[in-house]
Amino acid sequence: MKVFRDTWLVYSRAMKLNLKQPVWLIVMLVQPIYFLFLFAPLLEPMDGMPGFENGAMETFVPGLIIMMALFGSAFVGFGLIAELRQGVIERMRVTPVSRIALMLGRTLSTVTTTVFQSLALVLLAAATGKLDVYWPGVALMLLIVMLTAFMLAAVSLGLAIILKSEDAMAPTINTLVQPIMLISGIMLPMVMAPAWLQNVADFNPFYYAVQASRELFAGNLDSSFVWEAPVILGALTIVLVWWATRKFARAVA
Amino acid sequence: MLIETKGLKKTFKSRGKEVEAVRGVDLAVKEGEVFGLLGPNGAGKTTTMRMLSTLIEPTEGQAVVCGHDLAREAGKVRRDIGYVGQAGGTWGEVTAREELVMQGRLYGMSKKRSQVRAVEVLEAFQLGEYADRNVKTYSGGQKRRLDIALGIMHEPKLLFLDEPTTGLDPQSRAHMWDEVRALRERGTAIFLTTHYLDEADALCDRLAIIDHGEIVAEGTPIALKKEVAGDVVAVGVADRAAEAHDLFAAKDFVREVETGEADPATGIAILRLYVDDGAAALPELLRALDGADLSPASIELHRPSLDDVFLKQTGRSLREEK
Repeated sequence: MKVFRDTWLVYSRAMKLNLKQPVWLIVMLVQPIYFLFLFAPLLEPMDGMPGFENGAMETFVPGLIIMMALFGSAFVGFGLIAELRQGVIERMRVTPVSRIALMLGRTLSTVTTTVFQSLALVLLAAATGKLDVYWPGVALMLLIVMLTAFMLAAVSLGLAIILKSEDAMAPTINTLVQPIMLISGIMLPMVMAPAWLQNVADFNPFYYAVQASRELFAGNLDSSFVWEAPVILGALTIVLVWWATRKFARAVA
Repeated sequence: MLIETKGLKKTFKSRGKEVEAVRGVDLAVKEGEVFGLLGPNGAGKTTTMRMLSTLIEPTEGQAVVCGHDLAREAGKVRRDIGYVGQAGGTWGEVTAREELVMQGRLYGMSKKRSQVRAVEVLEAFQLGEYADRNVKTYSGGQKRRLDIALGIMHEPKLLFLDEPTTGLDPQSRAHMWDEVRALRERGTAIFLTTHYLDEADALCDRLAIIDHGEIVAEGTPIALKKEVAGDVVAVGVADRAAEAHDLFAAKDFVREVETGEADPATGIAILRLYVDDGAAALPELLRALDGADLSPASIELHRPSLDDVFLKQTGRSLREEK
């Protein structure tokens, strides 16, 4: 199939570029590491309290991973703007390469790096010895991480094509991602929130992502979040990837 | 015919206003020729090229490119054309070889075939010794050669070059002209845009002059210049330009007189006289000036250039645009 072959080509180019600049992959880990060592200790007394039934660290670390997936992929559009300016995208759009592959290849490379960063973070957190990790759950949690990264990378690439400038991109992404992060319960679980805020969170797909990650991390496979999260994220991903691909095909770069 | 267009139009919407970038272009490009689209910045050159290379959809009109309908068979058009944009399209952190192999594969070549072809192309464009260096270390001329190399990896029938020599130093520019001629020798047709008069004149077999989104003249450079006149006499007058204009216009051997704007600093206005035989006309003109007690600030006799063609069609000089 041409789409798969082309996607692989675009993906391998993006991965090669990632590996040429490994510094970035490490830089993206710095923020969660700060949170892990400078913020997480504040939560330790909450162990066993409402919202922290799985344990303080067991609640915080899965959220932290989703946060990294959120920020790591929401900013990939910046790289695309540079490529647009250099004419790289234009050059590829004149070739017979599949339009969806141009988008999917880049998106999947972000998914790959996010998965590796997530694994690195879990291992680092486990090494502190302050939490119990249910490893089969972590494997399933990575699926949620992949969907999150996939969706946001697509949105970010689509926005990059519309906005075409880093100056417009930074405030747009921040305005979008900050509230999503705050009402997803990453920092503090949403059960601590007043009723109205909890109601708002019910409409935030990443709230489900965070909750599902926590339940999987703790091994509560029968929680309804575990199936709700992939269904909601999966449906949204399909819509947003379709939208971003259209933007890619029609881009007036 | 490699390209045939009929009433090609492109309208952009910008802040609620409609801007007609290209207003009905009819063009024909033959196999194996170098065809130039000459015009000032903003004339619609790039927009026309972007439509023909499938990057943007025309608002109206039809085009057949390499035997395929542009609107319905964009995929087939893409296979037969190469395109080199103004920005080039290389990424600094990648080597020339990597970019070329990737490019070949995007055109459907196998990895092996693409690697072999990349070596051929690197040699042809004298990039062999830099093949495995990152593109960001390249000079402007080397980078431009790589851009073109990428455009012909798949041996297209037709290569689009958008302002191929803009920003190049004179030496790299001369090299680029040689590359274009060499490609033509090997049978590749070239469609290029330029705002350089000498480039259009020296490089193109045929050209079209575009202004405000419309083709104002089309033909070989020689034929276009012949249409203007045999010779051009440019006379600079410090004042009384209108009087001089009438004086020259009254002479029956002067086909046409164009009076330019007076230079605000010197007050000198240039009058351009189109005459059949400049050498014969010159003494007559000087006598006429003397008789009217007008002394010219400058006088120049030259063969008509493409700028004269442009001037005659649009009333403006292409040189003044920059």
